[in-house]
Amino acid sequence: MSFIQVENVWQEYGDQVVLERLNLSVAEGEFCTLVGASGCGKSTFLRLLLGQERPSRGRILLDGAPLADEPDASRGVVFQRYSVFPHLSVLDNVTLGLELPRAPLLGRLFGQARREARDQAAAILERVGLGHALDKYPSALSGGMQQRLAIAQALVMKPRVLLLDEPFGALDPGIRKDMHALLLELWQETRLTVFMVTHDLSEGFTLGTRILVFDKTRLDLQAPNAYGARVTYDIPLNRDRRAARIAVDTPPAAVAGLLQPHYQGA
Amino acid sequence: MRLINRHPDRTGRLALAILPFALLLFAYFSGSMARLADNPNDKLLPSATQMADAVDRLALQPDKRSGDYLFWRDTASSLQRLGLGLGIAALAGLCLGIAAGTLPLFGAPLSPLLTVLSMVPPLAILPILFIVFGLGELAKVMLIVIGITPVLARDLEQRAREIPQELLIKAQTLGANTWTLILRVVLPQLLPRLLIALRLVLGSAWLFLIAAEAIASTDGLGYRIFLVRRYMAMDVILPYVAWITLLAWAMDHGLRCLAQGCFPWYEGAKA
Repeated sequence: MSFIQVENVWQEYGDQVVLERLNLSVAEGEFCTLVGASGCGKSTFLRLLLGQERPSRGRILLDGAPLADEPDASRGVVFQRYSVFPHLSVLDNVTLGLELPRAPLLGRLFGQARREARDQAAAILERVGLGHALDKYPSALSGGMQQRLAIAQALVMKPRVLLLDEPFGALDPGIRKDMHALLLELWQETRLTVFMVTHDLSEGFTLGTRILVFDKTRLDLQAPNAYGARVTYDIPLNRDRRAARIAVDTPPAAVAGLLQPHYQGA
Repeated sequence: MRLINRHPDRTGRLALAILPFALLLFAYFSGSMARLADNPNDKLLPSATQMADAVDRLALQPDKRSGDYLFWRDTASSLQRLGLGLGIAALAGLCLGIAAGTLPLFGAPLSPLLTVLSMVPPLAILPILFIVFGLGELAKVMLIVIGITPVLARDLEQRAREIPQELLIKAQTLGANTWTLILRVVLPQLLPRLLIALRLVLGSAWLFLIAAEAIASTDGLGYRIFLVRRYMAMDVILPYVAWITLLAWAMDHGLRCLAQGCFPWYEGAKA
């Protein structure tokens, strides 16, 4: 059964049609990269998945149920910029995600619960390579470190879906490579379903288990906004990783215990 | 070298900062000496000794009639009114600004209202305040509150809107509800901006305070200045004005240090 089901989704802003007749079915644990020209609706599609916008027509199902139409803890997100809170230290940025759902009145934890949350946050920060910078403010971090922090912040929530909107677009190539490695490791450790918008085609091909190309299939030169984009290519990639993932997902009962993704303990 | 590329060094900067003050003082005292040489009873430009005498009389000796040290009583009353006014205005401005800038449903009725209210000249409604709140402390504090709250609220509303949408979305994906989102994300980001906004409205706050005291009061710095104006007691007025200026500067400086100390992450605090 498919994990995310997109059924005949249209997105229109007034006269402008951005997406049309989008039908898609994504299995759990898939790493989808979304590529396409600027303004062809990749980011719009991501916003629909995030719940930041509602589709004009059609619907998106998550595990058979319609997607909540506002952002919530089931979907983590990393933006290209402004993903971390400038007024919180690195540790507090991640701890915040553990505090907010458990303290609906004050938004913070105290005593033992707070210490546990901080330990948990420190562990995941260690995992993404920020163990040495717990007390720094984000403004003191480089762009790559800020994105590591944003990823840690999203992952600490253990979301089922991770949405990445050009997360590495502003990073230089060396750092970008490190981030790719980190992201793949984290993806393999968790059972995350990832959607990643990127402008970098090679990035899209290396990282994804599936690449979705957004483009307009119909074009009216007199009215360039009259038709929206669709998914023109939908290519499965990196079969080895995909197969490994499926094997982990459905292990024989005897080895299931051994193969528990060890990230869960972090 | 072009003028735009020439920078003063450390000592040069200090000297240049002191220069205009020194020039002003020099101009004043030379004028004062010239007038006093012509007429020792001249009251318009008192000498330093005359002003020191007046300060000594008001600040260091009890008033013959009431037994109070007038200078300090005036200072305390004025600062109390100013502090109350600024405090209430800051709180009200913060709440209104956050509500209008963060919650669209609150912003829709509040924004136009605040815009219109901030256009009402506060001094023009001062008589109304005296009629409604009487001639006591409340009317004077209310004048400050009414005068600066809309300005603070509008500024903070704008700042709240400037918080990137991404951060608000991110907080929601971290499990925040509207209340905790405001409490943990919007409020802490607006606090340093509130301090900066307060620095900017300090001038108006003093203006409203002195206006209110001049019209209906029995003490306060503004009251004293307008009282002794009848006797053309420039030897009192000038030290009072200097004292007010010093107090205002100290408050401005204090707010800046507070912003720097409490919000090290905020870049605007350095300015």
